[in-house]
Amino acid sequence: MTAPVLSVQGLSVETRDGVRLVDDLSFDLAPGEILGLVGESGSGKTVACRALMRLLPEPALRIAGGRVALLGQDLVPLPEARMRDVRGGQIGMIFQNPTAHLDPVMRIGDQIAEAVRLHENTTRSDARARAVEALRQVGIPDPEARAGSYAHEFSGGMRQRAMIAVALACNPKVLIADEPTTALDVTVQAQILRLLMDLRDRQGVSIILITHDLGVVAQTCDSIAVLYAGRLCERGPKRDVLGAPSHHYTAGLIRCQPTSAGGEGLLDTIPGQPPSMGAMPGGCRFHPRCAAATVACKGDQPDQAARGPGHVAACHNPLTSARRKVGA
Amino acid sequence: MSVAAARPLLLRPFPGRATLFTGLVLVGLMVLAALLAPWLAPYDPVLQDGDARLVAPNAVHLLGTDNFGRDVLSRVIWAARVDLQIAFLGVVFPFVIGTIIGTVAGYFGGVVDAVLMRIIDVVLAFPYLVLIIAIIAILGPGLKSFYISLALVGWVSYARLIRSQILILKSADFVLAARSLGYSHSRIMFRHLLPNALVNSIVFAMSDMVLVLLGGASISFLGLGVQPPTAEWGIMVAEGQGFITQAWWMTTFPGIAILILSFGFSLIADGLGEKLGVRE
Repeated sequence: MTAPVLSVQGLSVETRDGVRLVDDLSFDLAPGEILGLVGESGSGKTVACRALMRLLPEPALRIAGGRVALLGQDLVPLPEARMRDVRGGQIGMIFQNPTAHLDPVMRIGDQIAEAVRLHENTTRSDARARAVEALRQVGIPDPEARAGSYAHEFSGGMRQRAMIAVALACNPKVLIADEPTTALDVTVQAQILRLLMDLRDRQGVSIILITHDLGVVAQTCDSIAVLYAGRLCERGPKRDVLGAPSHHYTAGLIRCQPTSAGGEGLLDTIPGQPPSMGAMPGGCRFHPRCAAATVACKGDQPDQAARGPGHVAACHNPLTSARRKVGA
Repeated sequence: MSVAAARPLLLRPFPGRATLFTGLVLVGLMVLAALLAPWLAPYDPVLQDGDARLVAPNAVHLLGTDNFGRDVLSRVIWAARVDLQIAFLGVVFPFVIGTIIGTVAGYFGGVVDAVLMRIIDVVLAFPYLVLIIAIIAILGPGLKSFYISLALVGWVSYARLIRSQILILKSADFVLAARSLGYSHSRIMFRHLLPNALVNSIVFAMSDMVLVLLGGASISFLGLGVQPPTAEWGIMVAEGQGFITQAWWMTTFPGIAILILSFGFSLIADGLGEKLGVRE
């Protein structure tokens, strides 16, 4: 196995009052890997990724511990000025709502050229050429003319393409995509996911894809990390996690997908609500909603245990292949 | 790309176009008068003619003469130079100072913001004109003192205005996106936030020009601004005041000039506000 581009170990994020929004998160990202970070709203996906970029709204939230190693260098203790070189230069980020995340009064081409000029010593005309090239790379037709447009002159899908172009203009090693397709309609969604996979193939960028849509994960990702209430439930290769989930929460999520219900009747749900951040249940955080919960689940926090090659799950009573057939 | 987008802004229909257009024409006329003063003005504005004092408007002196026999029309035209300068410089300094301070205060918040806002409260606690007159009294009469006093007093409105805009905008998603690209605070403030926040300030600056113009006229009226014999509308009104019963034209025409220019600035402010969707 090659050395990971990004290695996160024991990352924790706390609020000012000491509530842990992300608790002991660990994962590795190999070069060219697409990792799906899955979880319900409020499970800490976005907070975790902001923490990777050191973009938490301080002092309300802060990194309480852990390592975020980019090519072996820990980002957590890095001074802000050095961190600015990492952002955009080494790690790029794209967001859910491209309309709101592009500067409304700056031409698209200028927004890309600005990022290029900041991170690389290029001349103005070189940066402009790079901007046009970046727009071409993300499949914007007539990029020379479109570089002079404003965000409001683009359609939703084009805006997302433009935002990807901005984020990738400086050839970062890692791209964090925070629900990049949630605001788009289904056909455009498929195009954007295809584009992300193309870019991975061509530029070798590693991608962390935050989503709550397992369908998106199944189409695009190589591996999956499932978060529940700020804790990692299960992590492993896509085929293993989706095909043979070990954690009851992962299995529940899979059962909630429309395809699982065969188009008939109501979709499955996981009973109950995710816990509120101020009142976390002890033990396994999923136990109040888990059908297989035992006394041990209430009392002890389960450790990550290996379930297969590269596949770990934190569960006291992991699903086995025999029980999976009965349970499902 | 649509055809409409290729046409110049003023040729496209938009809300407030007629207002903006009228304002631009009025101010444009004044600017033209100021630029072409040497050619437009029939007489030297400070030339005194002892034989033609307080002459009523006639074919030789279209707007009459004042108590020194100076041609009122020529003085009104030459005064446009001084008054436009007052309106412009009197707004530019407060605008720039206030915008920078307000942006910094709004963006960083915290102690910086609290201190700056308290200073603004203190300045605002004094009546505007009284404070300006007090500063001019310390610095000595003259236009330079007037500009300095405006810069010292006027920036507070701009600072508060831009601060409130920055407070709204700084939590906008594109700021987060800019930070995710590794941009520094000053780059985010001045290259990304400010262009988005400036609309209200520009509209306010236009209406502020009216206030500054009237303020300048008032200061000159009180003898603290432009000094005689320089032609300036405020001074002309002041000088004509004593002769209001015999020579109404001495005060009326410079008064109308002030009115036209102020009206023009107001219309531009309104039209821009409507076009850019600013609510006052």
